[in-house]
Amino acid sequence: MCTYVTSTVDVAGSGYRGDDWFRVDRTVVYFDHPQDAPLAHALCIDVWGGSERVAVELDPASARRLAETILATLDHDDVKLLA
Amino acid sequence: MTDRIVAETITITGDAGDEIEAYFARPVDGDAQPGVVVIHHMPGYDRATKEIVRTFAVYGYAAVMPNLFHRYAPGAKPGDAAAAARDAGGVPDEQCLGDVHGAIDFLRQRPESNGKVGVIGYCSGGRQTFLVACTLDIDVAVDCYGGRANIELAPGLRCPLLGLFGADDQSPSPDDVAAMAKALEANGKTFDFHSYEGAGHAFFSVDRPAYRLDAAKDGWKQIWSFFGTHLKGT
Repeated sequence: MCTYVTSTVDVAGSGYRGDDWFRVDRTVVYFDHPQDAPLAHALCIDVWGGSERVAVELDPASARRLAETILATLDHDDVKLLA
Repeated sequence: MTDRIVAETITITGDAGDEIEAYFARPVDGDAQPGVVVIHHMPGYDRATKEIVRTFAVYGYAAVMPNLFHRYAPGAKPGDAAAAARDAGGVPDEQCLGDVHGAIDFLRQRPESNGKVGVIGYCSGGRQTFLVACTLDIDVAVDCYGGRANIELAPGLRCPLLGLFGADDQSPSPDDVAAMAKALEANGKTFDFHSYEGAGHAFFSVDRPAYRLDAAKDGWKQIWSFFGTHLKGT
């Protein structure tokens, strides 16, 4: 099924495409058919800067692990002092 | 007659007069060729769907697939264009209809055309196919597992419809397919639905884990029969 479930969030930072870094300003998160991952559906993340993007397609369990790891990292006592 | 085909990227006039990319495959020999518009799935104008376009040419149809994502990233790879379209909020139905209308006109205006055109779409393209079949002047339509169909449009269906679905699909679910069939039947429409046990969404996709050999083989058989009847008169 095409879920069409898509969310866009503003972000700030840089992305890397293998030849150079570029500024990123938004991220599109969706759960739908992947382009490449051998899955029926994937949690897809496109981090955009203008018309350039960094893309990943993750199976749902690993996407959840990634999200939890990001939050745990940001919630680390040493990090909270700096973020 | 030979089995030679030509396949290439061309430009057609789409919605609002925009020039958009399209993939076109046709038999080299023979006149009175029926036409088929192929509507790609959500991942876009990709290699696998181009292969489907070429398959129609092998079977004697002039087939064209408009790149519905072309405007969002001209010249980009299919995956980047699909992502750009999603980033822009998706393809509006009116724009899709305009692009498919352009593809239909392109096929009918060919000197080799027999004047008949069918439309087939996969996944999101299946939903768009039903929309097209209820809106534009075509001769036959094939909806391959299009979820979220606009069944309220059923009274306006303008051509025979073949529906190919997976019994394990969640969208369209078996209940969705049954509701669509009920709406079509209530309005006296000509349709033929097949739901395959052991198959889910995207069972035609040879490059994805969803591929199901038995469903795909019978699905192609149904397509050749339905298109043969309504586009070739065989």
